[in-house]
Order: sequence, then structure tokens, then C-alpha cells
Amino acid sequence: MSAPALKIRDLKKTYANGVTALKGVSLEIPEGDFFALLGPNGAGKTTIIGITAGLVNKTSGTVEVFGHDIDKETELAKTFIGLVGQEINFNPFEKCIDVVVNQGGYYGIPRAEAITRADRLLKDLGLAEKRNEIGWSLSGGMKRRLMIARALIHQPRFLILDEPTAGVDVELRRGMWDYLKTITQKGVTILLTTHYLEEAEQLAARVAIINKGEIVANGTMQEILALHDEDGAEKRGYRGTKLEEVFLDLIKENKGAAAL
Amino acid sequence: MTPYHQWIAFYTMLRKDVVRIFRIWIQTFVPSVITAVLYFLIFGTVLGSRIGEMQGVNYMVFVVPGLVMLAIVTNAYTNTSFTFFQAKFFNRSIDEILVSPMPPWLMIAGFVSGGVIRGVLVGALVLLVGLFFTSLTLAIHNLLIILFFAIFTSLLFSLAGLVNGVYAKSFDGINIVPTFVLQPLVYLGGIFYSVHSLPEIAQYVTYVNPLFYLINGFRYGFLGFADVSLSLCIGIMLALIAILIGINWYLLRTGLGLKQ
Repeated sequence: MSAPALKIRDLKKTYANGVTALKGVSLEIPEGDFFALLGPNGAGKTTIIGITAGLVNKTSGTVEVFGHDIDKETELAKTFIGLVGQEINFNPFEKCIDVVVNQGGYYGIPRAEAITRADRLLKDLGLAEKRNEIGWSLSGGMKRRLMIARALIHQPRFLILDEPTAGVDVELRRGMWDYLKTITQKGVTILLTTHYLEEAEQLAARVAIINKGEIVANGTMQEILALHDEDGAEKRGYRGTKLEEVFLDLIKENKGAAAL
Repeated sequence: MTPYHQWIAFYTMLRKDVVRIFRIWIQTFVPSVITAVLYFLIFGTVLGSRIGEMQGVNYMVFVVPGLVMLAIVTNAYTNTSFTFFQAKFFNRSIDEILVSPMPPWLMIAGFVSGGVIRGVLVGALVLLVGLFFTSLTLAIHNLLIILFFAIFTSLLFSLAGLVNGVYAKSFDGINIVPTFVLQPLVYLGGIFYSVHSLPEIAQYVTYVNPLFYLINGFRYGFLGFADVSLSLCIGIMLALIAILIGINWYLLRTGLGLKQ
């Protein structure tokens, strides 16, 4: 049996200002999974992602990527990860092609090969015509897609997407869903955080819900949806999707099993 | 990463910064050349003609090495501190490097290499201006020593700029050190005078200024004499480089100021 794409054990994080973001999170994402990590703002999603990708120091706990500890085999673990962060974080004065090709260079991909790969990615993501335009001239949705192209340049086995469709219109969002589905079919494991719960419902096979630094539910999409309380939702006047109602129930009351 | 992949990553960082340096040449090359012209006009032509000679050489010739060193120090320092700070604070593109499998020493090499090249190139331009003002009478006693001090001083201050860039939390943070520390050290390090022309107490103060040794070592390469021994100048410079490499390695390895 192959090692999980991500294995987190008792992960804790307290920031220098005293804020405790994670209170002992344990999580496992099997290889090839499309996993959604959901939670309200400030729940700890981005902190988990930051620690996994090497952008944030943890306070304690262990994180393994495909069986490689991020503390002991830092460089090897990083080669498996592609990260699309929550904020637009490329140099806005660089051309789109350079944003992607340079990222390939940081992973040791020769420039000629990186250019070939980057052109293919830009084409797949509908950015071929923007190849030689500088980043800041792109629309919000295009910037998000450029970040996905950048994250895929080194052909990672584990793609982390932190709210990749925030501020993206419906049509573009659907296009990004289709693209992410094709990536999963190629065997890439995906960890997605999003505030659009219908997006998670459409894409993810497994879901974890985090609230105030703790996992309050974790299981397959069917298991999570089975927590739906039709009567309770009706009484409270919820009118969203099933996942939305389960999500609101869990984060309001912190009820439900820690792991299903 | 294999050494080949590490070389590609290093080359990518270097190429990116060199392209930037030449793209904004009005900001990177021109100001130092204009400043040098003004210094040569005022201190060399106007005041220098009244001073006559310093340590047996024409005053204009005497100040050339110091002014070249001033350009090297300020350009190497600000290039690295500003580039790093901008990537960390302004657009957070530093994440591109931090998520990559590059080890800390390679990140240091990548960040400081651009500063070294800019420092040496601007120094060469200022030297050309100096040759013009001295009517090509500037002697070269030892070209290897000149190149050694130019490259290693540039390296030293690129490393110092990187420490500043990592720690700075605002634009003030990267401006304070060059304005209130670096410039006084350079000006009081013997650009315009020999330490022997100072009162005894001022001489002792000068001896604790590390810039004094760098300027004197560099001046030795041109004129064949210095206020202190050449081996002391080289020793102090290499010791400072080793200390700053250690500090930078610690900062990037632990993520102090970056991953908190």
C-alpha cells in the first residue's frame, strides 16, 4: 500500500502574537484523492497548507508528504507539492511565460524544457494569448489560472489549491473545475480549500471540516452529507445545498464525530 | 536536488535579477554615475586642486578607489535588501522560492549573486568616470587585488543587505540601515583622507570601522600602499563574509522573520 499523499499528526501552531491557529490537527489524504478542506475564515486551513508547503513553521506535530517527513526530508517532500496560494503572489512586472518558466527553474527544470511545459500549460488554461503580457495586466480569473500553471510546471503529484476560485466568475470557475478533474484523472492528488461549498460537493471525494483549529468532521462526501438533518435545517430556515447545511451545523455547534 | 538541478535553480535566480537590473537601468546604474561625477567635480576638481597631494599622490587619484568602493557597497547592499524585501512584503513572490526544494545555502547564493553583479558593474562604471577625471593617470598596481576586493566587498554587502531584507518589516526598515549606518561608515572609512591625517582618537575610531579596511585594501590595488596591512584587510573581509553567511543561513533555515 502506497504512502498517503499527506499525513498530518497532532499538528499545532501558535503564532508569535499568541493566536493558536491549530490545536492538534490529524489528517490523512490518500494518494489520488480529491480532498476538500472546508472551514470558516480563520479556522486554520491556510495555516495547514502553509506548514505543509514550507511557508509557515509549525509549533509541534508531524507532516509527511508521500511518506517523507517535511522536517527530515524537506527538499524531497517539497518536490511533490504544487501550491496555488490564496493571495496573488507572483511578481506583477514579469511576463506570464517568465512567471511559469522561472518557477520551473527553481525546481531544477532546464529552461528549454520549462518553456515547452509552460507553453502547454498556458494553452491548457486558456492563457496562450497572454504569454508575453505582464502579470498585472491580467484579469483576476486569469491571474488565478496563471498561478495554477505555475504550480504545475514541475508536474507535482500533490496539488494544493487554497481558494483558487475566489473572485472568479461562474463560467471561468466551471472551466477550472473541468481542468482540475482532468488533473485528478492523471493521478494527481488534490487538496482544495474553498468557500464555495457547491464546488467542493461537485469535485471532492473526501471532505474534512475544520473549525477554530480543530477538525470537526472528516470522511467521504457521502458520509458528510449523511449528517444532514432535514428537519433541523427546515426548522432553522436553511436554504442552501446539503453540504452547506451540514457545514453550518458543524461549525455552529462543533457537533459530529472528529472522524467518521 | 542534484548539483545539476541546483545549478539550474541558481542560474534562474541570477538570470531573473540580472534581467531586472538591466531593465531598470535608469534606477540601477545612472544614479551612482551621476553621484560619482558630482563627487569628482567637487572633491576632486574644486577642493582637490587646493589639497594638492595625499600620501604622495594627486588627491583626485587618491579618492577614486574610495568612490568606486562607495558605489559597490551601496549598490550591492540595496540591490539585495530591496529585492528580497519587495518579494517578501510587496507581492509575496518570495513564496515561489520558499516552496521550492532549494536548500537555504542555494537561496542565499541566488539572492546575493545579483547584488554582487550590480555592485561590480556600477563600480566599473564609476571607475570609468574616475579615469576620465584623472585623465587616465590612475595607476593599477595589482589588478588581481582590485578584482578581489571589488567582488568580495560586493559579496559582503549583498549578504548584509539580505539580512536586512529578511528582517525588515517596513520600507523604513530597509532605508534606515543604508542611511544611518552604511553611509556614515563609508564616509568615515577613509574615502577622502588618509587615517594618518586624523587626530589620534579619531584614528582609533576609524580602526573599528570595517569599511576602512575594505577601502584601504582596494586602494592598495591601485596605488600600492595602504594605511594598514593588506593581509589584515583581506582577513577582516573574509571573516565578515563568513559571519554573514552563517547569519543568513540560520535565518533562511529557521525561517526567522519569514515563516512565523
